[in-house]
Amino acid sequence: MSKHATLAAQFNADEARTDWHDQTLWWVRQKRDKAAHSLPEWEQLRQWASEIKNHTLSHLDTYLQQFEENAIANGVNVHWAADAAEHNAIIHQIIKANGVQGIVKSKSMLTEECHLNEYLLKQGIEVVDTDLGERIVQFRKEPPSHIVLPAIHLKKQDVSDTFHDHLGTEKGNYDPQYLTHSARKHLREKFLAADLAITGVNFAIAETGGFVVCTNEGNADMGAHAAKIHIACMGFEKIIPRAEHLGVFTRLLARSATGQPITTYTSHFHKPGPGQELHIVIVDNGRSRQLGREDFRNSLKCIRCAACFNTCPVYRRSGGHSYHTAVAGPIGSILNPNLDMKANADLPFASTLCGSCSNVCPVKINIHEQLWKWRQVIAKEGLVEPSKKAGMKFMAWVLSKPALYRSMGALARWSMRKLPFLVNNQLNPWYKQREMPKAPRESFQSWYKKQQRS
Amino acid sequence: MNNRNSTTDKKYTNSRSRILEAVAKSKPAATPLPDLRFALSDNETQPELVSSFEQFVQGVGGRVFQLEGAGAIRDYLQKEAPTDGLVINRVEEIGPIDEVPESLSTLDTLQRAYIRGKIGVAENGAIWVDETAMGKRIIPFICQELVLVINAEDIVPTMHQAYNAIQVNGAGFGVFIAGPSKTADIEQSLVIGAHGPVALTVLILK
Repeated sequence: MSKHATLAAQFNADEARTDWHDQTLWWVRQKRDKAAHSLPEWEQLRQWASEIKNHTLSHLDTYLQQFEENAIANGVNVHWAADAAEHNAIIHQIIKANGVQGIVKSKSMLTEECHLNEYLLKQGIEVVDTDLGERIVQFRKEPPSHIVLPAIHLKKQDVSDTFHDHLGTEKGNYDPQYLTHSARKHLREKFLAADLAITGVNFAIAETGGFVVCTNEGNADMGAHAAKIHIACMGFEKIIPRAEHLGVFTRLLARSATGQPITTYTSHFHKPGPGQELHIVIVDNGRSRQLGREDFRNSLKCIRCAACFNTCPVYRRSGGHSYHTAVAGPIGSILNPNLDMKANADLPFASTLCGSCSNVCPVKINIHEQLWKWRQVIAKEGLVEPSKKAGMKFMAWVLSKPALYRSMGALARWSMRKLPFLVNNQLNPWYKQREMPKAPRESFQSWYKKQQRS
Repeated sequence: MNNRNSTTDKKYTNSRSRILEAVAKSKPAATPLPDLRFALSDNETQPELVSSFEQFVQGVGGRVFQLEGAGAIRDYLQKEAPTDGLVINRVEEIGPIDEVPESLSTLDTLQRAYIRGKIGVAENGAIWVDETAMGKRIIPFICQELVLVINAEDIVPTMHQAYNAIQVNGAGFGVFIAGPSKTADIEQSLVIGAHGPVALTVLILK
């Protein structure tokens, strides 16, 4: 079995939890639909967002330089990182140069992609994640399982046990309000004691050299305004040309992500605060390679709303950890093979290619088509599992011989009726968690021929 | 830039120009920007915009008071005065402007802050607040209750009009605020009061 399938099987072992996960994410998808349908101009917004991102990618070097120039004029320190190691080293250097003690970090999938926390921990430096979901998974030494809802794989009992161990909350108190307020108290102390705040970036505006960070909890702002130093980390594809384009993206982002009309805080940073220091780290880490892949470059349009996660029948039933990467879900499955094709060769196959992801994507990325194209690239590179390869070869052989195909069909129908144990057994993965329909006596072809005669 | 780890120096000489070169080489053929001529919904009257704005503020967990005239403001302040704790006022119509304390531990006890909002957005209840109105950037986030004061005529239909009406870089920092801070990270149960204020009140002045 592939890595994804193996990990998914572990997730599926708890059937009740799998069902809860599936239904909860579907509910988030429905909230997204309701929010999207409330705007008659929704499709126009998606079209604009897609065109703005296409245009930006086609002028990216110019916009990056414009952004840098304006940011520097605003008094911001701009750093460039070719890969994850350089990104981490730049941050480490700032920490060392300033004798930083406390570090708080709000959600940034880029820092997850670069494994910043693990890197700094190896240098003896602790980073406190301040998004509630991220703090929960950090206590549990787990990665986030969803880019917007990091702890969606957990139940309140799990959170309660974790907080009891780490924060000394009452054992057995599962009340989300009580647990949230305990975390609020704990993290307030961390915010007030921090010297350095790390945040992600949702949008970086070339025209003004500023950037936008969106949160509901207010954790990015609590960190960035309380600490002396603020470092914002961004993949270089976060650029948009002008501030007016934010009108399009802020209308799409939260509605696509959670069905909210907008996030609670949409914060625009341009200059360091009085007595503060502001740094921006612009990261490539494989993005320029993806930009050069014609079939896959428009995956760089992604605004990380996770609508494709919530709608995906495979993600909902297999959980984020089965994708074994920082960004899971359908979009992760087209981004991660670029980062490491061999390690992530299983991911483009973790899909039914139903196309729902492409239909909900607010920037119109053709996600399911790219999944299918990655499969072809991966097969050409010889990275498909032997069992899958053998199965495909056998199928191709059968399908190329009509008489053989017909007799095998008849045999299969007969055995499903007469000797069900031959097919419905542990060796046949098609029967896992699935009841097959009753096999018909005759094939469609023979039925159709009879109809023609009568 | 000078912030570079000496051990990584050799491998990463001049990442900036190497990244920009790689991007220039890999970028697709030029495509145009769309024309964002948005039909400014002037079919909505100002009272309709105020009403939509009010519904959205309530929908995202805030309270709304529409106040007409200085008397209404006085009545509101009397009725809704906090019983104890530190209060900071930054809005002229509310009263004398307070100086903002420097110490974070003092600000951590901030019960209520009154701050001027510049633009309200009818489609989502968001309010634009910039640094000049805050006194200190952390004020609207660290207080327990945030009171934003906005003029009825400054409510616009959508984010498009909002971005037209503001200058995003007019101050070093600015933020759209929609409701009190919130999270649903535990089993998707909505909890009001994550890291920022546990309550948001919006005063619409007519």
